Amino acid sequence: MRVVVVGGGPAGLAAADAAVRAGAEVVLVDSEPWPGGQYHRGTPQRVDSRVRHLASSTVWAVEGLRLHVRRGPADSPHRTPHVLDADAVVLATGAHDRVVPFPGWDLPGVYTAGAAQALAKGQGVAVGTRVVVSGTGPFLLPVAESLVRVGTQVLEVLEANAFSTWARYPHTLANVGKLGELARYAGVLGRHRIPVRTRAAVVAAHGDDRVTAVTVARLRPDWSVVDGTRRRVAVDAVCVGHGFTPRLELAVGLGCRLVDGFVAVDATGATSVPGVYAAGEVTGIGGADLAAAEGAVAGSAAARAPEPPIAAMRAVRRGRRFAMALVAAHPVGGGRHGWLLADTVVCRCEEVTAHDLDVALDRGAADVRTLKLASRAGLGLCQGRVCGREVADLAAARLGHPLPDADAFHRRPLATPLRLGELADTPLLPEEDL
Amino acid sequence: MRITVDGEPHDVPPGRTIAGVLIAAGRSSWRTTRNGDRPRGVFCGIGVCFDCLVVVNGVPDVRACLRYPADGDVVRTQHGAELPT
Repeated sequence: MRVVVVGGGPAGLAAADAAVRAGAEVVLVDSEPWPGGQYHRGTPQRVDSRVRHLASSTVWAVEGLRLHVRRGPADSPHRTPHVLDADAVVLATGAHDRVVPFPGWDLPGVYTAGAAQALAKGQGVAVGTRVVVSGTGPFLLPVAESLVRVGTQVLEVLEANAFSTWARYPHTLANVGKLGELARYAGVLGRHRIPVRTRAAVVAAHGDDRVTAVTVARLRPDWSVVDGTRRRVAVDAVCVGHGFTPRLELAVGLGCRLVDGFVAVDATGATSVPGVYAAGEVTGIGGADLAAAEGAVAGSAAARAPEPPIAAMRAVRRGRRFAMALVAAHPVGGGRHGWLLADTVVCRCEEVTAHDLDVALDRGAADVRTLKLASRAGLGLCQGRVCGREVADLAAARLGHPLPDADAFHRRPLATPLRLGELADTPLLPEEDL
Repeated sequence: MRITVDGEPHDVPPGRTIAGVLIAAGRSSWRTTRNGDRPRGVFCGIGVCFDCLVVVNGVPDVRACLRYPADGDVVRTQHGAELPT
């Protein structure tokens, strides 16, 4: 019985651990050189010695339960090919920052909150000296804390929603142990006199060849700008994050059913495809503790453990209540589309502007496929990972109805770019022994 | 460990990516876009957005945020779409 776990973050590590304890042969495919994923960046995690940890390895395609892997330095043409056959697969591919476009967001010096966090926590590198952190969700707080630790002056933290929604969920916060964590961040921000403002956001970035200032404004609950509240703040970097987007290409490639943009799973972590399990942020955004609990559940189910992991299942139920509260408290407001100017880049790769999208919509594009072909949005190097969701939302807002194929942006049969020479040098059959 | 970026030597502490080296050296951009010739550097920082591309030892389209350099690597700015040399 071989279980292949894809992803080395909290969910993947817990899944690998649970599966190997249940007696399965476990391969952990990890795109990073050190186990831990984005969350544990900078503090590598221990992996059970019975788990075969394939570091610096990326799954670039799936054919049923056969995985095509490339191992070696990122984007090197000299990576080694591997083909893995699995009896069960656990997808723990995580999520990346969602960023909503605003004028100037394509300037150097505008970073996702996750980028600032990865550089600070993982490498001790500060993205700037005078920084504003803006977006929505509790993740902004640890990002601000990490920036402070590497010596950055965080001028302000802007939360586009209000924290008042959380007052409806006091038991949820206490139950998942988040209150202590929040208190710690509040302490750090307080000691450094960093204001946290709610219903406010960076709505534009300014500069020629890099960001030198941002426009901050107060927001209504729908994220439209309150007139007369715009002010300019001089910065050398800005960090933005408006929630997270799940990394779905492998799940979509395997044919897993999605619900509300995430992989649908049952109580054991099983997806709609036999033998395929999912855990962590691909199934819903809920943080590292929930991801680890989901990983433990999915890993034992994938390995057909005789006993269900009761404690982990209980932690999953608790964590999911927190995840639901998170969705309710930190929506992305429709008024954000009003931040865009005609020449604001929406698709960064192909440099497609809001005006270009409007032209395509005026010409009758009413689904993702046509919109991509007519505007080129989502056809660049990132394959719509950054803009897809925003393009679909913006088009839906302009058209007055959702696009019929909004999930099409996640369809990437090549889950990660591959050089043509590598494609030619792909073994068709699995190795007997890695 | 030491690499060169656009001819300039840079010391690389352990565990630092090419992007980390460049940002620590005060650079915020090292690529230009294919259509608008606009400067780009790190955006997502975790390999998703492909904004931070560099040419490493003649091979273009290498994500600087993911690539841990090897001693002696010759890195340079990528201008628009480039072919391998």
